[in-house]
Amino acid sequence: MNEARRSLITAANLHLRIGETTILHDVGLDISAGEILTLIGPNGAGKTTLVRVLLGLLKPDSGEIRRKEGLSVGYLPQSFEVDHSLPLTVRRLLRLTQKPSPGEMEESLEEVGAGDLLDHPVQSLSGGERQRVLLARALLRDPELLVLDEPIQNVDVNGQSELYRLIAKIRDVRGCGVILISHDLHLVMAFTDQVVCLNRHICCTGHPEAVSKNPEYLALFGKHAAESLAVYTHKHDHVHGPEGEILPSEPEEARHHHGGA
Amino acid sequence: MEDFMLRGLMGGVGVALVTGPVGCFIVWRKMAYFGNSMAHTALLGVAIGFAFGIDLRLGILISCMSLTIILVLLQSRKTLSTDTLLGILAHMALAVGFIAVSLMETFRVDLMGYLFGDILAIGTLDLWWIYLGGAAALGVLAWLWRGLLALTVNEELASAEGVPTFAVKLVFMLLIAFIIAVAMKLIGILLIISMLIIPPAAARRFSKTPEQMAALAALAGIVSVGAGLWASLEWNAPAGACIVVAASALFLFSYAWEMIAGRG
Repeated sequence: MNEARRSLITAANLHLRIGETTILHDVGLDISAGEILTLIGPNGAGKTTLVRVLLGLLKPDSGEIRRKEGLSVGYLPQSFEVDHSLPLTVRRLLRLTQKPSPGEMEESLEEVGAGDLLDHPVQSLSGGERQRVLLARALLRDPELLVLDEPIQNVDVNGQSELYRLIAKIRDVRGCGVILISHDLHLVMAFTDQVVCLNRHICCTGHPEAVSKNPEYLALFGKHAAESLAVYTHKHDHVHGPEGEILPSEPEEARHHHGGA
Repeated sequence: MEDFMLRGLMGGVGVALVTGPVGCFIVWRKMAYFGNSMAHTALLGVAIGFAFGIDLRLGILISCMSLTIILVLLQSRKTLSTDTLLGILAHMALAVGFIAVSLMETFRVDLMGYLFGDILAIGTLDLWWIYLGGAAALGVLAWLWRGLLALTVNEELASAEGVPTFAVKLVFMLLIAFIIAVAMKLIGILLIISMLIIPPAAARRFSKTPEQMAALAALAGIVSVGAGLWASLEWNAPAGACIVVAASALFLFSYAWEMIAGRG
């Protein structure tokens, strides 16, 4: 993508209170086409609320939001459980609010690697299959922006990184923007362009590596998370000794890693 | 066939055509208790209708719709769960209705009739009510269908995709109030609630899509009405109760079918 940054949503100074509780305090962010933004924060940090505000589903008390005109959004909700009393196949789910042709449905299922699921009942899908189908459903809207609320919940460990690779691939192929809500930064690290760490206000924001070293981030997620992150990020700039211990990395490489953000 | 039998059958079929599809949403959305509460509230409506000298249906409609709106307002405060709120509102309405009825000396409400109605007493004018009201109800349901189904599958997703979820839910609840108001005086609480819940439950096993289930639920309701009326004539038993038993038998049959098919 050699185009200039095309901003999809710009938000600034968002404030929102629900009852007595401040949910969002002076929050702002910017998402562009082709960019993956990860929204990270502890439970109750207001991540889902922020996304609902960004999508215009919830009105903030004050603040500014600018959405690209006619922005098409594909949304994956945090939880998706369909009651067993409701007979629903994948085919019918894909046609719930859209009218895709059978060819389009098959194509988009192929794109997410779920080509054989078209006539399965939705309730019979595994966690990973369900997310793929929901992703296919979102793609049928030809979205400029994908919003994924904790997409790896109920997905087994192998499926998790596969799902992230799929999301990154979709971004590469389609050039859409992606907002990803997660509370596990080290898994999404490699796929993320921008991290916004939220705890009702914005703690820190920037490139994933910079965020992972920010004191506010460390205070929120603890040293343990930070260490596992450090190991993950720096896996190429250290070597293992004979006992498996980590030997100091080369100074040059280290500089290279810390210079970017 | 005797005239009253034919009118009973036509009335029952008309009711089944509406309660099948509407009842599917009650089952999917786990709103059985809401339906029950509406039926309880109807007694208050009967009292209102009598006290003000207006059509009892109108009285029931006023009481059920008021209760729905009060419920929605209380729901938005999010302190108590919906079933608790309904438990309070419906029983309050029932108790107030009962007191009101007992204070009106000239008015004797036949509680048996209130529970079971009398489908065999349906007159020609009642049939007009059922078919015109039913057509209106199905029209509203068809209009709601897409949005209501989407939010039944996942409310967040539906609202993100532009479904006005609050309005759709409110209209659907008012629709249930309307159906109960029109049908209650004719067929009673027990039968209207049964017709909303049991045929859809019986249809579930044999359906692959929501639309199939709605159609099969209507069919199951019609079969129940036919079988119930036949049994009522054959054994000289109360017609409304016979229809409920027939519908339940259909449900048990579908359940047994599932057990047998599930093992194969």
